[in-house]
Amino acid sequence: MVGSRAVYDELVRIVGKDFVSDHKEERYFYARDGGLMPPHEPDFVVLPNTSEQIQQIVKLANREQVPIVPQGAGLALTGLVIPQRGGMVLDMKRMDRILEVNEQARYVVVEAGVTHGTLKNHLHRHHPQLRHSIPDSPPTATVVANAVIHGQGRLSQQHGFNSDMVSGLEVILPTGELCRIGSCSVSPYWFSKGPPLPDLSSLFLGWFGTTGIITRLGLKLYPCKKMRDVMLALTDRAELVPDIMLRLSHTEMVEDVVAAAQPLPLRFKDTFWIMAYITGDTQEELEFKRKMVWDALWDLFESRDVGILSLPSAMKGPLLSMPSKDTTRFADVSKGGGFQYAGPIAPIEKFPLFVKKLEEVAANYKLFYSSTSRLIGAGHCMMFSFSFSFNRANADEMSRAKKALDECSRFALEEGGVLWKADIDEQKLLMDRMDPNTLGLMKKIRQLLDPNGIMNPGNWEIE
Amino acid sequence: MQDYASQIHRCFRCGYCKFPSDYSSFNCPSYRRFRFDSYSTGGRLWLIYAWLKGEIEWSEHLAEIFYTCTACRNCVEQCPMKFAPDIVDWIVGARSDMVEKGRIPPRVARFFESVHGYGNPLKLLRGDRAAWANGVRRYAPGDEYLLYVGCLASYDENGQRMARALVEVLNAAGASYGILAEEEECCGNEIYMLGEMGLFQSLADKNIGRFRDLGVKKVITLCPHGYNTMKNNYPASGGDFQVYHCTQVLDDLIKRTEVKPSSLEARVTYHDPCFLGRYNNIYEEPRRVLRSIPGIELVEMERNRRDAFCCGGGSGNFITDLLAGGEDSPARVRVREAHQTGADTLAVACPGCLTMLTAAVKSENLDEELAVRGISELLSGALSNQ
Repeated sequence: MVGSRAVYDELVRIVGKDFVSDHKEERYFYARDGGLMPPHEPDFVVLPNTSEQIQQIVKLANREQVPIVPQGAGLALTGLVIPQRGGMVLDMKRMDRILEVNEQARYVVVEAGVTHGTLKNHLHRHHPQLRHSIPDSPPTATVVANAVIHGQGRLSQQHGFNSDMVSGLEVILPTGELCRIGSCSVSPYWFSKGPPLPDLSSLFLGWFGTTGIITRLGLKLYPCKKMRDVMLALTDRAELVPDIMLRLSHTEMVEDVVAAAQPLPLRFKDTFWIMAYITGDTQEELEFKRKMVWDALWDLFESRDVGILSLPSAMKGPLLSMPSKDTTRFADVSKGGGFQYAGPIAPIEKFPLFVKKLEEVAANYKLFYSSTSRLIGAGHCMMFSFSFSFNRANADEMSRAKKALDECSRFALEEGGVLWKADIDEQKLLMDRMDPNTLGLMKKIRQLLDPNGIMNPGNWEIE
Repeated sequence: MQDYASQIHRCFRCGYCKFPSDYSSFNCPSYRRFRFDSYSTGGRLWLIYAWLKGEIEWSEHLAEIFYTCTACRNCVEQCPMKFAPDIVDWIVGARSDMVEKGRIPPRVARFFESVHGYGNPLKLLRGDRAAWANGVRRYAPGDEYLLYVGCLASYDENGQRMARALVEVLNAAGASYGILAEEEECCGNEIYMLGEMGLFQSLADKNIGRFRDLGVKKVITLCPHGYNTMKNNYPASGGDFQVYHCTQVLDDLIKRTEVKPSSLEARVTYHDPCFLGRYNNIYEEPRRVLRSIPGIELVEMERNRRDAFCCGGGSGNFITDLLAGGEDSPARVRVREAHQTGADTLAVACPGCLTMLTAAVKSENLDEELAVRGISELLSGALSNQ
């Protein structure tokens, strides 16, 4: 279905003709993402520039019963911004202003289109003593979209999900009202998304745009040390990995803990790489932290269960880079431009089981795999990625990859994991298992906030 | 031209291609201008693939998306994948298929017609090609250099200023050179980038044949576009001569003290042309020329060298102007960036950039604050101050 001329004309009136498209080309591109979910075209792609424009668009959408799908860079890979019922995609990337950095209260306020890459650059140039939690997604990923999907980043071991680092929101509600969430609702400062007030941010984070459109976001910043380094522990015993990760976390000296597994190049096969990132303002501080990491793993080293690899700078560079280009390069392993991962959030004790499953599934479906697991919080959980690359020119391989991902997701769910940025099929799996009263509460919230059901329909849709 | 159709699906649309290396802002000129992802390199590659698969039909809008790529190679620099060096070739390949099917934007068609009929994309008379060159001698066998002037410097008044200034400097240095005047033919760089391979081959053959007949061994090009195609494309067609961009020659003349600039007071920022910088790795020679002029303070824009932001003129857009309109046009964005440095002069090494950026300075109402000048003009000015 192509949208009505009246809606198009009204969108042109609101944002200007250069920033609305109903051309086939834009509808084609915005109908899909880099993952494996089937495409569905929007009727319009709209590039708003202000919160006021979005309010007008939302009112129009309610009046005309047109779905709205807000979008950052569309990098979730699980089809979360594929417009399942058509309507309009709001590409938020024109709202790209960094509005405020409060150095003493350590937060930044950004518009919804600000990318992680741009924020990193801005802080590096203008506030070098501060940093934010950079995810491993490409630098085009927006800060807001990453928070909305509960992304993780380089500071997640210390500070939790990136959404835990949100310090305030400005949201356009599905009925068009502009609403501020957190300290900024009663104060000019954006230092808290909730406490000491009722924390309403949970009405918008993790909802994939089904409860409102975040137009501004406050994000906590953290000290940026002058030096960073990475240490690498190796083991061929998957069952040791949770203990190694916990020991590293226990030092309270590491910024980030990541465990990786992949079969190629061959030197990686049957070996688990656990990376511990440390930072310091002086060589002495760095050296002290190195010693703490060594001490934490010393008995495992002595028993020859764990090796600690001295990395040459050529290997350290890619590991230290933020974001990591190597993560993106996985998409070309099959020379085919595609990869997707199921990324359940799960207790770290599941690592050995998940690795075993990953290897089995990859072998069954004849796919190339890799896994990168990041510790979240002080061992509270991990994100374990079941990653498969595929060739977009090979329909059979794409089909196998999708089946493999589905099998991994179901397995993770059976084992007590919770699916991260779940696609619409996985959302159903989650909701089937969910406590009925919880599900009922979600339904009430959606109905209350979005009475006309215009916000990213198809997602978190409760029967 | 490689078989792009079998490779183009490899783009993951990750978006690294939109940025410079420090992610400071969007560095893809067409994405910066239009802001729909369809106008980014990833968008373009996905649409080309869709077109090849028959999932979308040709349309004028599709053709415009293909042709608003300036071929600036920022994507090549930034893409993390192994296929990165091939990206522009893929886009050129798709354009070539569009040309073969006769389905191209009308402005691009007019560009081809002009070059085919008049030997230049401005549709100006061949006989007027050397109207700027009052007294400049024609190349004769035995001259050390052929000065290949190019279309814009031959016909456009801004480019002509650059050409006259270059001639003044070469004369001051006693260089042995001559021009082809009305015998000169379009170099074909833009024709190649726009995908008209038949016309490109015809132009290349004509130029190569003429150079061969005259015994040309060394060519100085005023324009980076000509430099690029003569250096990188002509050898495959039998081009067997050395090619220099004029800034390389000027740098050499200064090193050998055959040119001795005197003082010129200016705060200058330099705009790297894509076909000199990213295509041919010539970053320092133009800067050395500028630094050699006493009194010039050289300041860098945020985005420079490999990260330089394209003026928007590549792939013939200095004529077809598919990226024009509004304050987001690349040339206007670039002029604002130059102005932010506090420079009073924006130095360029390409007549295409000169044309684009001069117009943008006017649009930004910065005429009184920022002058756009060719490096040869600045050097010539410094010589005349002696």
